[in-house]
Amino acid sequence: MTQAVQLKPESPILSINNIEVVYDDVIQVLRGVSIDVPQGEIVTLLGPNGAGKSTTLKAISGLLKTENGEVSRGDIHFMGERIDTQNASDVVRSGLFQVMEGRRIIEDMSVIENLKLGAYTRHDGQVNQDIEMVFNYFPRLKERTGLAGYLSGGEQQMLAIGRALMARPKMICLDEPSMGLSPLLVKEVFGIIEKINREQGITMLLVEQNANYALKAANYGYIMESGKIVLDGSKAQLLNNEDVKEFYLGGGNETRKSFKNLKSYKRRKRWL
Amino acid sequence: MNFELLLQLIINGLIVGLLYGVVGMCFVLVYKSTQIVNFAQGEFLLVGAWVCWAFLTYFQLPFFLGFILTLCFMAAFGVLLQMIVLRPMIGEPIISVIMVTIGLSIFFQSLTKWIFGVSPQSYPQVFDTQSVAIFGLNIEFAYLMSTVIALLIMVSFFLFFKYSKHGLAMRATAFDQQVAQSLGISVKQVFAMSWGIAATVSATAGVVIGMVNGVSDSLSSIGIKVFPAVILGGLDSIVGAIVGGVVIGVLENVAEFFDSQYLHIGNMYDIAPFYVLLIILWFKPYGLFGTRDIERI
Repeated sequence: MTQAVQLKPESPILSINNIEVVYDDVIQVLRGVSIDVPQGEIVTLLGPNGAGKSTTLKAISGLLKTENGEVSRGDIHFMGERIDTQNASDVVRSGLFQVMEGRRIIEDMSVIENLKLGAYTRHDGQVNQDIEMVFNYFPRLKERTGLAGYLSGGEQQMLAIGRALMARPKMICLDEPSMGLSPLLVKEVFGIIEKINREQGITMLLVEQNANYALKAANYGYIMESGKIVLDGSKAQLLNNEDVKEFYLGGGNETRKSFKNLKSYKRRKRWL
Repeated sequence: MNFELLLQLIINGLIVGLLYGVVGMCFVLVYKSTQIVNFAQGEFLLVGAWVCWAFLTYFQLPFFLGFILTLCFMAAFGVLLQMIVLRPMIGEPIISVIMVTIGLSIFFQSLTKWIFGVSPQSYPQVFDTQSVAIFGLNIEFAYLMSTVIALLIMVSFFLFFKYSKHGLAMRATAFDQQVAQSLGISVKQVFAMSWGIAATVSATAGVVIGMVNGVSDSLSSIGIKVFPAVILGGLDSIVGAIVGGVVIGVLENVAEFFDSQYLHIGNMYDIAPFYVLLIILWFKPYGLFGTRDIERI
């Protein structure tokens, strides 16, 4: 914590420095990924299936070790402390909470029990107060008294985010919060994510496939393909980038691109 | 038909069955949170009963002090056993881990024989009254106490898993270890805690049974008796363990009754639960290790 105070205001709360990740000692998934997340902002990490987005998040949260993966090169610093060598529970204690892909709530527990579990690392008596705070963000959770496994997909996602809030984190990594949700619910969930970021000042790293919503919510974005960052830029830069428009947002150039141009895009990416 | 004897045996069965249920709960606790089938469960009773006996006779401590010291000892015993012997086994094939627990079982049986001798020993008199008559039935006072203790343990288990932070953490770990870790729960800690609780609670059952029957090797056989109970109960359900324990307890006493009255085969008391186990495994062949086949709905 003392190190954190000494940080300059412009230095990022999370910085990933050229990491490589290897599963089972042989399968290389990330090939030199560097990401900076500034304090208090929403940064999004976009990319297709299998690009390594979830792996990046697991490298941050330390969950990689539970899947027999490891950061074989590079380092990750959170608030000035190196976290890639720490195990998952210590990372949570240092204030970084991951909402895993697929919500992963404890299905055979009630909503309240799930929320209490989110506060597992805390030792103050304000847990009940924070449960009320979560219910303020997600009023519909308050009405659900049965097992969390019976909640709808959207409600489970809300519970997963609420559970993260219970830990009073400095930063939340969200892995595909829009997965499996109807467009209306996606809108609602993203609205709440932005609201939490605004009101609580919690920094967010948002992994998404739904580039449209993610870029609207974020201040800055990274695009990842096959284990590398191929493009990064501010919201405006990415929204106006022709390639991003074509490949991630739909639309783009009026004239349909030919295969030749597609190939040139691929070639260009390799150099980035 | 001797109804009075039958009733007496059924009540005995209920009382013993509750103790089976308590030991079964410990078995299920370890199985659920660490996926280890603990064949050394019975030795927890044995070690606990011997340690308490040593406190009471060698050191001449008053019963409650000796009992509490035993519980502290067993908590440390369970935690250390997990940390030293079983933690390095994490990630090894399930059969290796089971072999280790069988090895532990043999080791502690021999160790207690070596330290305390082979002859059964009885506890010093703890309660003034030997037995009480309830509805004209003689019930040993220690048994009555054991029922109270068993019920207390069950209620505290319920409260622990429902309301305490660590209880919730253990349930979360049982549900999904990766998620538990993402919430900041140290899975290693949960594993150690579950062994500590299992050892402590089993030792309580060991002391209670030891007070009635004396301390001897046969205490560890409770660990085997618990198998039919937990399999009947569904292996990963704590409520199931209690129900299974009571059913097995009553069943062996009723079997004993019919054997002594009509069949005269002999030793049905010990064998009947295993017949039940065989029949259950007949219909659920993967009941024991096939965790995937067990679906709680």
